Amino acid sequence: MSNAPREKFDNTVVEWVDSRLPIFTMMKNEYGVFPTPRNFNWFWNFGAIAMFMLITMIATGIVLAMHYTADTKLAFDSVERIMRDVNGGWLIRYIHMNGASFFFIAVYIHIFRGMYYGSYKAPRELLWILGVIIFLLMMATAFIGYVLPWGQMSLWGATVITNLFSAIPFVGESIVTLLWGGFSIDNPTLTRFFALHYLLPFVIVGVVLLHIWALHVTGSNNPLGLEPKSKKDTLPFHPYYTSKDFFGIIVFIIFYAIFIFYMPDALGHPDNYIPANPLVTPPHIVPEWYFLPFYAILRAVTFNMNIYMLAGLGLLAVFMVEFIWRHKPKYLNGFLGFLLLVLGSGLAVFGLLADLNQGWEIPMSAANLAPISAKFGGVLAMFGSIGLLVILPWLDNHPIRSARFRPLFRIFMIIFTISVFILGYAGSQAADKVYFMEFNNTMLAQIFTGFYFMFFLIILPLLSRFEKGRELPKSINEAVLSKAQKAGA
Amino acid sequence: MFVRNILSAIIISVAPVSSVLAAGGDTPPIPSQDWSFSGPFGTYDKAALQRGYKIYREVCASCHSMKRVRFRNLEALGYNEDQIKAIAAEYSVEDGPNEDGDMFERAALPSDAFISPFPNDNAAKAANGGAFPPDLSLMTKARANGSNYVHALMTGYKDKLPHGVELSDGQYWNTYFTGNKIAMAPPLMDESISYEDGTIETLDQYAKDISHFLTWAADPYMEERKRTGFKVILFLLIFAGVMYGVKRRIWSNIH
Repeated sequence: MSNAPREKFDNTVVEWVDSRLPIFTMMKNEYGVFPTPRNFNWFWNFGAIAMFMLITMIATGIVLAMHYTADTKLAFDSVERIMRDVNGGWLIRYIHMNGASFFFIAVYIHIFRGMYYGSYKAPRELLWILGVIIFLLMMATAFIGYVLPWGQMSLWGATVITNLFSAIPFVGESIVTLLWGGFSIDNPTLTRFFALHYLLPFVIVGVVLLHIWALHVTGSNNPLGLEPKSKKDTLPFHPYYTSKDFFGIIVFIIFYAIFIFYMPDALGHPDNYIPANPLVTPPHIVPEWYFLPFYAILRAVTFNMNIYMLAGLGLLAVFMVEFIWRHKPKYLNGFLGFLLLVLGSGLAVFGLLADLNQGWEIPMSAANLAPISAKFGGVLAMFGSIGLLVILPWLDNHPIRSARFRPLFRIFMIIFTISVFILGYAGSQAADKVYFMEFNNTMLAQIFTGFYFMFFLIILPLLSRFEKGRELPKSINEAVLSKAQKAGA
Repeated sequence: MFVRNILSAIIISVAPVSSVLAAGGDTPPIPSQDWSFSGPFGTYDKAALQRGYKIYREVCASCHSMKRVRFRNLEALGYNEDQIKAIAAEYSVEDGPNEDGDMFERAALPSDAFISPFPNDNAAKAANGGAFPPDLSLMTKARANGSNYVHALMTGYKDKLPHGVELSDGQYWNTYFTGNKIAMAPPLMDESISYEDGTIETLDQYAKDISHFLTWAADPYMEERKRTGFKVILFLLIFAGVMYGVKRRIWSNIH
């Protein structure tokens, strides 16, 4: 893609092609000699692993589509035919079914890597945002794919999730009708889901190409978070990282194969082996494991957002932007800031209490004016939790990238990761499950949902303003060499 | 429209409802049995599968269909082609239309699926007091801990009801059934089926055999899957070792 003079190839056929379409030159520049930081750890394998999973899913998915029938009367049977009568069908289907889970495992580790080592920071914001878009597309594709076998969880999962859109004011009902292709989940829903499930992976491929393009403009981040300064800091991608990625992918496939061959149904739900029945609701509707943290956030909002809360949160947002994020307030002075803080938190807490204690005698009828219902609030929180990732590069504008040199950020990042796991657990349990005394699962989800949002909206801006961080090494090469010397001595 | 409110229903109203359910219908943990098919090298026991198939034919098949299993699949139980043809020929299926446009009955072939006891779901319900006997082809996959669950369900009937519980007509008490009240009469009891291979004829043995058979029916490729898995993982481990060596060798010149 560059205009640099092209080097000739020795092979005449290659040279003939390359002089007309420099595809070999491009491959050489982007995957052969591409300068890559020399200090990657194993976390950097997961981009390649995710790419491998995407290809696996598309390859197996195309074969499955050859045998699948998108019709509510035939879908379940056609999947069972694949499992029983198509040669090797059980294998293809188990690879695809468990592939969704392992694709998400790879991508979640990839996202964690990006957050922990600050890969989202300038100049890689767009690279990061493209990644979040891929993540969203994956979620849509996975959800739609889970509907296709038309088992009980397919139908009822689809019912719960598509109903979420009805919470959107004014247009919600129309969106749901459009998703369903009618006034209930039925054949038109299944056929359009199948069409979209076939389309979206190729959209993902497109965004992945943009993601890789953006990566090859800025170059990779690395565990130290330092930009390579000289040739000593980098290695050519091939053979160093091709060999490392190859090894990493095989190790990943070993874990993947254990599930495919020895516990193929462990990550699924037994109810999805029962054909869909609109007249029988399963006792617990649970999404696939990779959605559980977001499902917990969705269910955590059990209260309406009245105008006091919204006003209070709005004032606090102004305070955060002016006094924390901007480092030096632009429009307000210290006294006004204090006022904002007190008034904002007061209003927010008051609004919440007024909502929880409907019997309050104070003439606070405005508390009943809730522009955001609990249901819509849950939907906003769920999508907002992913939306925060989009603006993450601006929420955390600390100059140091890697958590290695930010002890406080590192601690909070680890707590954040644990809290996402706890949210996942909360999402898998019934809302009213009691842990001790009055403390139930909804409260557990609420506490950690609160922490999830606090991490992004309060902790990260505060840290990027106040955390000093450790002294950075002068270059990647120096850090690598001094580490090697220490290990040698 | 009720579906539209399902989400809020889940959030708000499940709370009181499910605690009531929990109070009335808690089931104890399902006891685990020793299965020849469990573990990474587990295989089906053909004798147990044949006994289980006998129970299905003589007892379960009078109400439950098994329409995803074909007679030819019985090869996995150790029957040969002639035996399978003979078994299939005991059943008749409606085929057609023929050249005159008429439907006709013919003997079943190995390529036919197991014959369902009722022509359709409504007929099945009508003949069973309104309760639908589910298809058994996937039963052990469609229940959590399926193989153990089927055994527990078969042996979980209790004549003596817990204090204060009343059953309406056509209901039975089963320790392991969700909600405990099940419309299926106890299908098996000691010595209700005669075995030709000298295996003891107890309820527990029957329950094990039918569960064995249903596990095979739901997961007929289990043995092939585990065998393939062993080879695949062995290959991958060796391949990973080789690739690790390659990686070490390539990287050795830079540190």
